[in-house]
This record gives sequence, structure tokens and C-alpha cells, in this order.
Amino acid sequence: MITIIDYNAGNIRSVQRACAEVGAAARITSDPAAVAGAEKLIFPGVGAAPSAMAFLKKTGLDKALTGAFRSGIPVLGICLGTQIVLESSEEGDQPCLGLVPGRTVRFRPKDKALKIPHMGWNEVRVVKPHPLLDGIKAGDEFYFVHSYYPQPADKKYVYAVADYGGDVCCALGYKNLFAVQFHPEKSGRLGLEMLERFVRWEGKQDAQ
Amino acid sequence: MLSKRLVVCLDVRGGKLAKSIKFAGTKDIGDPVTKARQYYEDGVDELVFYDITASREDRDIMIEFVEKVASQIFIPFSVGGGIRSVKDATNLRSAGAEKVNVNTAAVNRPALITEIADAIGSQSAVLSMDVRRVSPTREIPSGYEIVVNGGLTPTGIDALGWAKQGEALGAGELVINSIDADGTKAGYELKLTRMIADAVGIPVIASGGAGKPGHLYDVLTEGHADAALVASIVHYGEYTCRQLKEYLNGHGIKIRMSY
Repeated sequence: MITIIDYNAGNIRSVQRACAEVGAAARITSDPAAVAGAEKLIFPGVGAAPSAMAFLKKTGLDKALTGAFRSGIPVLGICLGTQIVLESSEEGDQPCLGLVPGRTVRFRPKDKALKIPHMGWNEVRVVKPHPLLDGIKAGDEFYFVHSYYPQPADKKYVYAVADYGGDVCCALGYKNLFAVQFHPEKSGRLGLEMLERFVRWEGKQDAQ
Repeated sequence: MLSKRLVVCLDVRGGKLAKSIKFAGTKDIGDPVTKARQYYEDGVDELVFYDITASREDRDIMIEFVEKVASQIFIPFSVGGGIRSVKDATNLRSAGAEKVNVNTAAVNRPALITEIADAIGSQSAVLSMDVRRVSPTREIPSGYEIVVNGGLTPTGIDALGWAKQGEALGAGELVINSIDADGTKAGYELKLTRMIADAVGIPVIASGGAGKPGHLYDVLTEGHADAALVASIVHYGEYTCRQLKEYLNGHGIKIRMSY
């Protein structure tokens, strides 16, 4: 059973529906005890880091999620969820969960023709193999909607990049956590296949 | 770099797929959920559903419909038609629509755009406009006028000015529908599309007039559109989404081919 964390950040039922499409049972919860006891977690979200962090703290979901991650269960971050697992976000200068070393920064494209948010289909280029990225080929595109992006402290945590006025991290891996900036639940067959791999994933990265 | 997008529009009336001809009369052409799923599997990048009855009693049907679509379609889709309040918008968003489109209601009360953008984010607030060619006047210097109520009512509003105002009010995307080109299959209104695309900093979806793949190419290049919207040419099976995308890809347009 997959547990999807509901922290009042956007439409997370789409993630549950996508799990159902690949045959995985998923429950949505905002109960810290359910999160603490989860077998497998998805931490999705759309919105702003400050209000999301405030909600997580107020409800105790921040501690529950941190504890679950430290216990070693597989965790998948999506979009805002991915940004919040880092130490801080430039959005509102907000301290975040700090599960992964690094921070979330704003797009500052030199090319003024590049619009913010980065919204639409873009190629995800794998730079380092990971079980959740298996089978992704050159030219494969996923759906993005974001104005900020994750910037892990060490390049070794970056598994895939997207080019938007330069390469930015769009998939990071750290221990039993994998987190993507794009939306697998809105990325058609390729996104569903990634969720399918998460369903099978036991939280281990490939031996390098 | 972002890809250009192929968007398919489905007009929905009482839960049925309908196709309008020049805003005059419609006919039913099947089940929209089945059609949508078919386009999804065939590689469409985004779907737009317009509730063309947009009557009060159909609101609940539309919410159920959106939930059904959301459980079948795993790409972004937007819903328009009859959205008059933030509550309408948030209800559709919760039901699974990635974006909502406002049209007539925003002309009547422009603040609605801002309210929706504040509630669900600019990226989800789409301003859709029906545009008719007119002789330029002092009121309408661009020579393009906004019309409402399904193309029936002229407003005296300049389309270019309205597009810029819509962006300033918080719209995250524009759908530019040419009433003159709609249903003609003679190509998009390139001049109109380009004029607006060049004047705003948000994505523009061109609508109305697609009859063959070359028309999509023209509007995505010469017309400066970010996305091309089609309806009848795929609804009646003249082209599949795949054929349209293969043509565009083959002519050097960056578009998603991995599906």
C-alpha cells in the first residue's frame, strides 16, 4: 500500500488516480501516524514552499515524514514535495525539511523569451542510472509546471536534468528517497511507467 | 527547451461530444471520455473540454464528467464553459482539471481572472477569447474585436488590448479563437495569433481553422503560437494526432514524440 501525503498543497487525487491506473492501491492521508507507519510514501504537492512548510509543521507531518524517511522506506517526491525535501527554498527564504543536502532556487533565465513558470513538455535527460529512471530514452518528455527547481549540494545526487535556459536538476536521489520536479501523474505512459517502477522499488539505489 | 503542443478540443453538451460549425448549430459525435482516451493514447499533449451548454443544471454533470476524464487521462487537461466564480474554478480543479478556461464571464467581470489565479495559480487560469475581424476604429485599433456568448454578441473590446489586460490580471495562458476561421478548415488566423503572441509573455494556444497538418505548422512558426488546437479534423478521423505530430516533427517542430 502506497501512502500519499495530503498537506493541503494542490490536487493530489491525480497522483492517486495514476497509481490506480498502474494497479497500485494508494491512500491519501494527512494523519501523521499513518505517515509514520507507511510502507511506501509519495510526497506530492503544488504551491508555495512557505505555506506548505507552515502546514507540515502545524500538523506534525514534518516529523512523521522525516521519521519515515529515516526508517528507510521508499519515498517519492513530486514537484513541490521535491523542493521541500532540501534544506531551504529561495521561495520566501524558507527553511525546509533538510532530508537532502541542498536548496531550492528560482529560475533566472538570461533569455527573456523563456517564460516563468516553466510549463509544458520538456525532455528529461538521465545523467546517472537509477532504478526509477530505467528505460527512459533520449528525447523522452515529461510534464513540468514550476518556477523553482531543486539544486542538491552535491552533483552526485542529480540523476536527471532538463534544459530550460541551461540544464537544471529535475530528478534527485538520496538514499531511499527519489524526487522529481516533473509530474509523472501528468506525463502520459512514460510517467505511469515511472510510478510502476516506484511500486516495485525497495528503496535501494543501484550499486555504482 | 519546451516543446510545442498539440491540443485537441472537445465540445461537451450534457456529457456528449458535440461539434459546432461556425458557432451555429451542433451535432453529437460520440462519447467524449472514449474519444479523449483515444487521443491520449494517440499522443495528444493536452485536452480542452468546453461545456457548450454551460447551463446551471449541467454544472454537476460536468463535475462528474471531469472526474471520469481524470481517471482515464494522464496528461494535463483544461475545462471551460460557464465558469462564473472562483468556486466553479476550484470545484473543477479539485475534480481533476489541470486548468480552467474563462471567457464571457471574464469579459463581464475581469476581476474574475485575478480571483481564479489567486485561488488556483496563474498557471491554471486560462483566458479564452473569441475574436472577430472588423474594420479598425478608434475603439478597436487592432481590427480584431472580442465577441461573447458563443460568438453571438460583439463587445466593442479590442482583442489585442484584452489579451494584454488578461495577462496583467493574472491569466497564465491565452486561447485565441478566430470566429472567422472556425469551421472553415482554411487555416488559422495567423496575423491575429502572431500579433497577440508577440504582445504577451504567456503561452498562446491558437484555435479555429485547422484543416490540414500544414496549417498547424504555419501557426506554430509564422503565427508564433505555443500550441495549436484542433477539433473536427481529428474528431472525424481525417487525421490522427500521431499523423499531425509526425508531420510537425518531420518539418522540424520540437514536439513530444515519446508516448
